[in-house]
Amino acid sequence: MSDIPLNTSVAGVPEAAPRQPPALTTGPIAWFRANLFSSWLNTAVTLVLAYFIVRYAISFVDWAFINAIWSVDNNQTQACRALKNSATPGACWAVITEKHRFILFGTYPYEEHWRPALVCLLFTALYVVSAMRRFWRWELAVVWAVTLTAIGILMWGGVFGLSYVPQERWGGLPITLILATFGLAFAFPLAILVALGRRSSMPAIRVLCIAYVELIRGVPLISLLFMASVMFPLFLPEGLNIDKLLRAQVAVILFAGAYLAEVVRGGLQALPKGQYEAAEALGLSYWQKTGFIILPQALRLVIPPLVNTFIGFFKDTSLVLIIGIFDLLTAGKTAIVEPAWQGFGVEVYIAISVIYFIYCFAMSRYSQNLEAELNRHRNR
Amino acid sequence: MTMQPLRRTTFGLLGAVAITALGALPAAAQAPAAGGASILDAIKARGTLVCGVNTGLAGFAQPDSQGVWRGFDVEYCRAISAAIFGDPNKVRYVPTTAQSRFTALQSGEVDVLARNTTWTLSRDTSLGLDFGGVNFYDGQGFMVKTSTGVKTAKELNGATICVQPGTTTEQNLTDWARANNVQFTPVVIERLEELVSAYASGRCDAYTTDVSGLAATRSSQPNPAEHTILPDVISKEPLGPLLRHGDQRFADLVRWVHYALVAAEEFGITQANVAQMAANDTRPEVQRMLGKNGGLGQMLGVPNEWAVNVIRATGNYGEIFARHLQPIGIQRGPNALWTTPGGQQYAMPFR
Repeated sequence: MSDIPLNTSVAGVPEAAPRQPPALTTGPIAWFRANLFSSWLNTAVTLVLAYFIVRYAISFVDWAFINAIWSVDNNQTQACRALKNSATPGACWAVITEKHRFILFGTYPYEEHWRPALVCLLFTALYVVSAMRRFWRWELAVVWAVTLTAIGILMWGGVFGLSYVPQERWGGLPITLILATFGLAFAFPLAILVALGRRSSMPAIRVLCIAYVELIRGVPLISLLFMASVMFPLFLPEGLNIDKLLRAQVAVILFAGAYLAEVVRGGLQALPKGQYEAAEALGLSYWQKTGFIILPQALRLVIPPLVNTFIGFFKDTSLVLIIGIFDLLTAGKTAIVEPAWQGFGVEVYIAISVIYFIYCFAMSRYSQNLEAELNRHRNR
Repeated sequence: MTMQPLRRTTFGLLGAVAITALGALPAAAQAPAAGGASILDAIKARGTLVCGVNTGLAGFAQPDSQGVWRGFDVEYCRAISAAIFGDPNKVRYVPTTAQSRFTALQSGEVDVLARNTTWTLSRDTSLGLDFGGVNFYDGQGFMVKTSTGVKTAKELNGATICVQPGTTTEQNLTDWARANNVQFTPVVIERLEELVSAYASGRCDAYTTDVSGLAATRSSQPNPAEHTILPDVISKEPLGPLLRHGDQRFADLVRWVHYALVAAEEFGITQANVAQMAANDTRPEVQRMLGKNGGLGQMLGVPNEWAVNVIRATGNYGEIFARHLQPIGIQRGPNALWTTPGGQQYAMPFR
């Protein structure tokens, strides 16, 4: 065996220049080959699906942008109707141009619309601030209290020179945000207490908590809303009326509380028993144990199902339409009752779904980040 | 006050149980009707009339783009407010759904329900409610494409008919078909939009619902002239404002506001000429109605010029009809004055 130096060219062949790997084995082309065109069947499926995707994307762009009508004068929708039935149909965004303030703010007095608009901004700012970890201090509770008070003052008015606006005139996005925010803000602490109660060793508390959770989970949200709006007033003396929105809000809190309680209980049960025993061995009281050892770990475990429930509830608030409260979705539906605008539901539903999507997608992205950050210690 | 949240929680829990015992509802419903408190006095003390309206029905009650309630029923709220306060704008509108409307009235959440509700015996008695006259005679009818050439409902033998399920509409249709030996195939679709598009796309030969609903649908079609509403009406749906038992004076007022609107049309009193008529008209009944003499307003518990205020605010019955219902294609038909053939709107005498 003779040693052939590695860097000598063999038999006078000039040294080969370093070459790219064959284009067919790496890079995007290879990826396409391996995943989309690996066999004749795959190729056929890819081509058929690509054809449909391109075709529908083109017709959607045509419909939504190129052929669309963006505004009409004075509720004259004939142009929109003609377009809808023509060979090249287009969206009538004029319905949004005309009705966007009604969809967003409902029957709130028109000249006072800056107030619910400010309320929506305040809510969104509150979410953003609460989401940043650097603001996670006790002062945040003060910020919440102040902001929610400001929101109440803005919506009701009657002080500081703001005119009084009764609750039945509220509508649109602020109603959705109020129901979701207050609902979850009150349901979450309730849920933690109920979850702890369900695992309590005291039989009375445990039975009460189990009964509450099972009763609420055993009926649909709609029936609770009906109870709150249709049957509950009949139990009160005549003339004593509790605000309709408040009744719906309490129903939402009770319902969300029961579902969140089960999520939290899942987290409590997932913790190894050693954690409880170690905390007790340190001589911590029940509340110290729960507050410092158990809950921080348990809640971190259940971020995905918690956010899942949050997102579900944000959308469930639209069920208040059955008791005559104008949330975002109901306001949108009511906007197209007017004869001139009947039949433009698709445009209105698209606009509303965009708003819902923004809030829900933000929640979902944020929870992914939070989960990654809080569970970093597991990924060492 | 600290007891309130506790009570609510308890009731919420109880309620979940009680939902299975809904049979108890009518018994509970009658309880609040017993009180004898004057609703009219309460309205005057509060300074606003609370009016239950539909959450959105074209022509009858719907908020416009600026969130202001408009429609035929809404004008009745404005008229009652004008009669009591002399100002049609002292009204709070509470949107109510088909399910929540009676509770809202029974529990005192609203003073009057102007929400296209059919006057039936069971509602008048077992719900503890009262009807304040009929402001709109509706009834179930049929709409067909004009090109089919169908002229009367009996020609629909063998037709396919679009109908919403679970309402009296479906039952009326079946009853009528059996009584008239008409064979038909029903196409039953829950959602109104889908139902209308099924009719428009030709899946059904005819579409049936209340005539007012047919007219609203017809006017929203691309070419209304392609659709014909048949003259046959197969059910009675008298709609009117609804009140709870307990204050006959307020019920009288609501009833006479309606009669004043109808009588104003009969006498030719309009929004434009009401002030002049009140000053100059020599007909004794007009003078009594418009408060020049007779003191009719005082008997109702409102200012004597109540009818002038009402007509100045809303116009007479015909003007209200023309403003809200004729644009969506509803003809006067049975809602014409009794002086025209086929008309049924009839005001009791003002004396």
